[in-house]
Amino acid sequence: MAEFTLPKNSQLIAGKSYAAPLGATNVRRFEVYRWDPDSGENPRIDSYELDMDDCGPMVLDAILKIKNDIDTTLTFRRSCREGVCGSCAMMVNGKNTLACTKAIDSYSNTIKIFPLPHMQVVKDLVADMTHFYAQYASIQPWIATQTPAPADRERLQSKEDREKLDGLYECVLCACCSTSCPSYWWNSERYLGPAVLLQAYRWLVDSRDENTGARLDDLEDPFKLYRCHTIMNCTDTCPKGLNPAKAIAETKKLLVQRKLG
Amino acid sequence: MDYRSPLAKVRGLGSAKSGISHWWMQRVSAVALIPLSYWLITFLDLSFHVPYQQLLAWLIAPVNTVCIIAWVLVAFYHAALGLQVVIEDYVATEGFKIITVWTVNIIFFMLALAALVAVFHILLMG
Repeated sequence: MAEFTLPKNSQLIAGKSYAAPLGATNVRRFEVYRWDPDSGENPRIDSYELDMDDCGPMVLDAILKIKNDIDTTLTFRRSCREGVCGSCAMMVNGKNTLACTKAIDSYSNTIKIFPLPHMQVVKDLVADMTHFYAQYASIQPWIATQTPAPADRERLQSKEDREKLDGLYECVLCACCSTSCPSYWWNSERYLGPAVLLQAYRWLVDSRDENTGARLDDLEDPFKLYRCHTIMNCTDTCPKGLNPAKAIAETKKLLVQRKLG
Repeated sequence: MDYRSPLAKVRGLGSAKSGISHWWMQRVSAVALIPLSYWLITFLDLSFHVPYQQLLAWLIAPVNTVCIIAWVLVAFYHAALGLQVVIEDYVATEGFKIITVWTVNIIFFMLALAALVAVFHILLMG
């Protein structure tokens, strides 16, 4: 259900402030969402002043700096630090992105860091991705065939057919797009969201897959697919520069083609 | 406590295996309204600026009659389809959602009927 106000125990309060080290000349201020489920307190905004002469260039570097040198209780996910694993997806200055590939210099003034919006928070910047991953599993993101694989080689694919997967296979399932989508905020129980629909399309256009019709059957639903109203937040926010809105539009075109073509 | 697995919750009742017609007709009716709105605008323009008899003469011309009636039907159909999407977006309680959608459908159906009766009333009774 659409919720337009925060419950009382979710309202943000001012938190602790950590001043820059003495003698720092190149100081940037970071405001970070903090919430500890064990404390019973409301979420708060802690602010940290960092000496940028002693910090790496990316937002994730600043978060690691805070974790290592200032406040070890700060909780977040990260792994590859190069935009491949999708773990460090978070909302930076109002827009979802991967902290590891976003340069601090691309922002001016204070940098505000929040967990992915409209997700259950586990702690601090860690969102609960259980439902998102279950939605991914529900589209059966693996090749489905009746024809056995050739005994002596892999299943072949022409260069042209392989190119159809470009702009799709690069998705790292960071959930930046899905959690930026108002339709996903209101109806994520049933709407699959842009990330999962892009992945579904990736299997619809794979020339080696033999299950296209059944995949389309599963997607043709007012909620699973048609909650997409071409808002385009997904494409705007994707840290990998992909276009989930186009993948969804192409899926709708396949359904029109099947019905009317 | 809900012991269903996350996948069971996501799969829920499965796909409705519909939705393409609703989506497609919303677009078809939107495109149809582009040319048809020329007749509505002309009708409104005339009704404000010319005497009643002249407006009646315009409306009686078969092309104008057909296009005004088509506009009424398509506009209310398009509005009902569109409002259903808005309701499905924002109303989550299943029973209330169904009641709201069908209340809106019935209201638009009655309004379309009233508009048609009005057009025929003008055409037949002058």
